[in-house]
Amino acid sequence: MATKERVTRAKTKMEKPRDGEGFLGLGHEELREVLRLMLLSRRFEEKAAESYQMGKIGGFCHLYIGQEAVAAGALTPLREDDYVITGYRDHALALVRGVAPKAVMAELYGRVDGCSKGMGGSMHLFERSLNFMGGHAIVGGHLPLAAGVGYAIRYREGDQVVLCAFGDAAVNIGSFHEALNMAAKWELPVIYLIENNAYGMGTDIRRTAAISQLVDRACAYEGLAARQVDGMDVMAVRAATEEAIELAREEHRPSLIEALCYRYMGHSMSDPSHGTYRSRDEVERWRKDDPILCFSDRLVEGGVISREEYEEMDRAAIAEAEEAAAFAEQSPSPEPADLYRYVYSDVYPHGADRRDLWR
Amino acid sequence: MAVITYREALNQALREEMSRDERVFLIGEEVAEYDGAYKVSKGLLEEFGKWRVRDAPIAELGFAGLGVGAAMTGLRPIVEFMTWNFALLAIDQIVNSAAKLHQMSGGQYNVPIVFRGPGGAALMLAAQHSQALEPWFAYVPGLKVCSPATPYDAKGLLKSAVRDDDPVVFIEGELLYNVKGEVPEEEYVVPIGSADVKRAGSDVTIVAYGKMVHESLVAAERLAAEDGLEAEVVDLRTVRPVDLSTVLESVRKTNRVVVAEEGWPVGNVGAQLTDDIQREAFDDLDAPVARVSALDVPVPYARNLEKLVVPSADHILAAARHVGYIT
Ligand SMILES: Cc1ncc(C[n+]2csc(CCOP(=O)(O)OP(=O)(O)O)c2C)c(N)n1
Ligand SMILES: [Mg+2]
Repeated sequence: MATKERVTRAKTKMEKPRDGEGFLGLGHEELREVLRLMLLSRRFEEKAAESYQMGKIGGFCHLYIGQEAVAAGALTPLREDDYVITGYRDHALALVRGVAPKAVMAELYGRVDGCSKGMGGSMHLFERSLNFMGGHAIVGGHLPLAAGVGYAIRYREGDQVVLCAFGDAAVNIGSFHEALNMAAKWELPVIYLIENNAYGMGTDIRRTAAISQLVDRACAYEGLAARQVDGMDVMAVRAATEEAIELAREEHRPSLIEALCYRYMGHSMSDPSHGTYRSRDEVERWRKDDPILCFSDRLVEGGVISREEYEEMDRAAIAEAEEAAAFAEQSPSPEPADLYRYVYSDVYPHGADRRDLWR
Repeated sequence: MAVITYREALNQALREEMSRDERVFLIGEEVAEYDGAYKVSKGLLEEFGKWRVRDAPIAELGFAGLGVGAAMTGLRPIVEFMTWNFALLAIDQIVNSAAKLHQMSGGQYNVPIVFRGPGGAALMLAAQHSQALEPWFAYVPGLKVCSPATPYDAKGLLKSAVRDDDPVVFIEGELLYNVKGEVPEEEYVVPIGSADVKRAGSDVTIVAYGKMVHESLVAAERLAAEDGLEAEVVDLRTVRPVDLSTVLESVRKTNRVVVAEEGWPVGNVGAQLTDDIQREAFDDLDAPVARVSALDVPVPYARNLEKLVVPSADHILAAARHVGYIT
């Protein structure tokens, strides 16, 4: 079982985070923004969970609650013209990247104002204007896509980077190895980020991976920088990502970052938070290390934010989540004509023929 | 007869076949400690131990290929895919290895393996998680493809699949696991390649498989109640090899045919069957064969659109009325 020792043990392998003035030299404004994004993710998903329970959201809905430090730490140091691609646990990454909460919620509700026009749902959030490239639901499927984005960057001699996030269980699939090999060999500016929340559904990753520290998989690919971080500590994730970004931008070196974190909820809204595969105690232990509470405490202690300001920020996040839900609620469902609208980039070439008559 | 769920019927088949033949083992994601993502393998780990019920990494291509190798070496693997959408990662091993080895080796190696798991659209799972892929595999010589609709057929067919000396693609209905039906206490098998008339009728034949069998039965009842027409529902149960003679026998009686299936229309099982029917029973037809399928688009997330895409009893009823010239 994944215990707290897992991180502590891993930490000894880690270099000390580049934590100069305690907060990576970030200004108060920037630090508060990182905290705000984590709070927004949390409150947004709590609202989404409520809407799911009420049947307003359907399908598979995977929450990021507990892992917020990873998305916030990894995405905030990116430039606007960098790229982000991820798996189906994508709400927090979309929000941190800047996708409007209203557009994300409307997508979860399956409405036209959703960021994917109601066609994709929870697992398939896209926002091209922010280079947010999805939301992919086949484990490992998007890792080669990230290599392809990196390839296009090099091709055009750009200096952008790609941040590609995925779960621990994805390290066992072929596309992980295939993608890392190409990224390393061709020096593609891709940062592969393992959100190691210790489980793939109900399976402890240690039962299926023949390696104890997933980050060590990087050894197989020369040129691939590797770093393991405490994924409950947003500044640690940020420090590691900043380094990786620099390597990718300046030296075209790809990285593999393993962020050790934990999901508090079930694998998806249809699964229990604990059960045969992990105990309630274990979940409770990790909750004591809540990434948002830990970070906000540090900011309060460091005089970056006052308690009152924090409370106010939290209330604003709750209000934003409520507004997003209210917006989604009144957004219309897609039209039947939209069925054929997005299948091809040009008009659907086959016509609605006799096969569709029975509709 | 005991009334059990489709899920329990599959579980019984697995348990019985694993008890009967110690070469049979199960491998797949979450099949052991978690009892299967859909609880089909419940209790099997405890009974048979980890060499026979193995939790696999998320590595579909890898563990499907491992299954093929084990089958070449005399074991009888059952490879579970959490859903058939993920089997697309393993299609290379299914198509390029399993389906070909017997012929390529001049008959030296056979591959007695079952690839199984749920297929079809459930509810709002969006494009990557809602695919009915029977026709993809039915296309491939060397494979057999089953898609049972009832607990009885699920159990009997799975037992035949395990005993078969060739690779069998076994596609369960994601929405059928809780369907209940009668299953005898005593041992039985349902042969691969035999269709079953699920409802007798004389006015129109509805051919279906998997989940669409249930939709067809609903449509048939409504057709009887509202239009006074008796539909005969033929459940293919196996889509490769297909039991054409049962289909033709029905067509010769009713002279009107609707083929209903869940997946996309182009090049699907119904397309092939329609060709078979027009060739073999042209003179018996009083109307062109009508085909019901999903719309020719990836399944969208939004509930209202998904409902339009995935075929249901309404669409089958409309098609049956059409071939019966009822407007
Ligand atoms: C190829 C493939 N196989 C199986 C699945 C079903 N599935 C969805 S999520 C998941 C577990 C993934 O765990 P992990 O990579 O650790 O990500 P996490 O959900 O923990 O964020 C599985 C098995 C899938 N989506 N794709
Ligand atoms: Mg995980």
